[in-house]
Amino acid sequence: MRRSVKYLLFTVAILAIFLLLPLHAHYIQRHSGDEIKLQMTKLQRLHVTDLCLATEARYTRHLALADRHAPFQEHPLALEHFPSGSMILPNLLTRDTP
Amino acid sequence: MIELSGITKSFNSGKPNQFTAVDNVTLTVHPHQITIFKGPSGSGKTSLLTMIGCMARPTSGRIFLRGVAAARPFQQEGLEVVEITSLPERFLNEIRRSTFGFIFQQFNLVKGITVLENVMLPAYPTGEARALFRARALSLLEQFSISRLAGQRVELLSGGELQRVAIARSLINNPSIVIADEPTAHLDSKLSQEFMAIAGRLKGEGKSVLIASHDPIVYDSPLIDSLVEMRDGAIVDIRSCR
Amino acid sequence: MNQALERHLNILDFTLASLLRRRAKNLSLLAIYLLVVFMLASLAFFVTALKKEATIILSGAPDMIVQRLMAGRQDLVPADYAVEIAKIRGVTAVRPRLWGYYYDALNGANYTIMASEDPAVVPGSATIGAGVAKARNLAVGDLLPLISYDKSPVMLEINSIYPHGADLAAADLIVISPDDFHQLFNFPGGQATDLAVTVRNPKEMSTVAAKIAGTFPDSRPILKSEIQRTYQSIFDWRGGMTLILLTSALISFIIFAWDKATGLSADERKEIGILKSIGWETSDVLLLKFWEGLVISLTAFLLGVVLAYGHVFLLSAPLFAQALKGWSVIYPRFQLVPVVDAYQLSVLFFLTVVPYTTATIIPCWRAATIDPDAAMRY
Repeated sequence: MRRSVKYLLFTVAILAIFLLLPLHAHYIQRHSGDEIKLQMTKLQRLHVTDLCLATEARYTRHLALADRHAPFQEHPLALEHFPSGSMILPNLLTRDTP
Repeated sequence: MIELSGITKSFNSGKPNQFTAVDNVTLTVHPHQITIFKGPSGSGKTSLLTMIGCMARPTSGRIFLRGVAAARPFQQEGLEVVEITSLPERFLNEIRRSTFGFIFQQFNLVKGITVLENVMLPAYPTGEARALFRARALSLLEQFSISRLAGQRVELLSGGELQRVAIARSLINNPSIVIADEPTAHLDSKLSQEFMAIAGRLKGEGKSVLIASHDPIVYDSPLIDSLVEMRDGAIVDIRSCR
Repeated sequence: MNQALERHLNILDFTLASLLRRRAKNLSLLAIYLLVVFMLASLAFFVTALKKEATIILSGAPDMIVQRLMAGRQDLVPADYAVEIAKIRGVTAVRPRLWGYYYDALNGANYTIMASEDPAVVPGSATIGAGVAKARNLAVGDLLPLISYDKSPVMLEINSIYPHGADLAAADLIVISPDDFHQLFNFPGGQATDLAVTVRNPKEMSTVAAKIAGTFPDSRPILKSEIQRTYQSIFDWRGGMTLILLTSALISFIIFAWDKATGLSADERKEIGILKSIGWETSDVLLLKFWEGLVISLTAFLLGVVLAYGHVFLLSAPLFAQALKGWSVIYPRFQLVPVVDAYQLSVLFFLTVVPYTTATIIPCWRAATIDPDAAMRY
């Protein structure tokens, strides 16, 4: 088989996968939708307002509700601001002392 | 038959460094013959060949192709004579591709790709089916006894092999006129003679061969039909060698 | 028509042959290109899916949260606030919420403790998120000891665990009864952390908020729309860091591509001259260069996007985990529901494929318009 045809077939193949992505997404959305809904009705009773993206400190858990001073409440060493807090561990020796 | 009438080619016209490469040349080149353009470098033979080969346009004058079989787009319209100097670029290219085959002094082969691909290169943009011109290329390689080199890269070839590849390439689109510019400049005597033998074979196949050269092996060859001697852009002498 | 197709195939053949000549260079170029597209597409998929997830979760959130401020800091809300707010026209329900954070000294994790009125959560029992269960190695029926404010242990029996599917909302949750909540934190009775207010008509939301702020000057109502807005900016915020990194990657890539594509080497120039002299037209040469740019950029784009989709939605974005995780002990599994945003992908396409292909063609334009006889004059 000539090179150009090989290349075009390869491209058509990945193009086909590329075009199938939205269909796959749609399929998953429909099929996991029910389970999510069930979980959400359970969680709704708790009135959760925030996503649990990271739990490194208090202010990263309830982002929408944290007050401005929350970062400084962690412990005296936690002069924490993004993004350094995501990268650098607080001093381990003092971490457990409140 | 190729008819040239009053062909002049000037470069940098209107500027102080203007020079005239070809000056008012009128000439008839007969088909199915080997025509040699002889002259020192700078005599205008290469410029003349580029104009005949539809690569460049003359500053003034006209070139007619008469009864040239491969001026295909025009044949359908029943045109016997084509005046190539006034044609738009697109048609000029079309004629150049289908009617002329070129062999260059430096061979001008593309490095890094195989011999077979080099030979097929001029056929790529014609839109012809690959299988067809590939078969033709293979038979050309066979004809020049270089079939074994088909898969090799051109940079590994010897001078004689390079020349045969260049000749094979010039023939891929089955042209009726082959133009060679100083083809023997980089070849030893044996290879130069071999080239002339091939030129004779092409003539035997009914092709017209136009060669610009100042190599005695070429212009003294018994195979040639006519000799056009040039100097300073003008024709000094036209001789028939039959 | 057939001829035009053959011409394309023929020229593509030559394009591939000439790309393979500089195999190492072109393959590494393709690899870098692929990496850039992969990172950008992964990020786009990740952020879009998170936004979608946030929208789903926030759609179940209360219409309004009322906090109380004391000396500029958040304080507990007295229960009589709830009674007064419930009297405001348009308010359907007011629920006091009890929640807080618990720092687990054993493993350094932060849990979120919520009190639930749910009768299933009887005193002495707890429903926990999958993240907590994993961090403490717990199963249903196990006992989870928490240390209360006075260092005395509170024993809780796990009655159920939220599955991983709910991780994005519940990974770090410990849901306990209000009685246990009061005992654990010495939380004063008749007070709440904040109030969840339900409003009948969404249009009245701001009116109700204004009324609440008027009645209780020390209160701070937070609307659902404001939370949603916060989330939009958070993803820009989190995504922002990565975007900065990727922008610099993209810019260096552009410089690289520009250098590669514009710096027409003498060899290439000569090659174009040869092609012209053997009968190629300017348009044929440009077609060759077009294919040359497209083969690399389109392959990189399609492969990059497909791989990014797999990375984010099938493998849960392991490459982003480190950046997002920070030093969290509890890290939710990003089992994101896939979302494909055609707009983002087309932006990515026009940012990567189009400039590269153009940058490959443009410099050849001049070289391709040389007279075919130039090659004769070498």
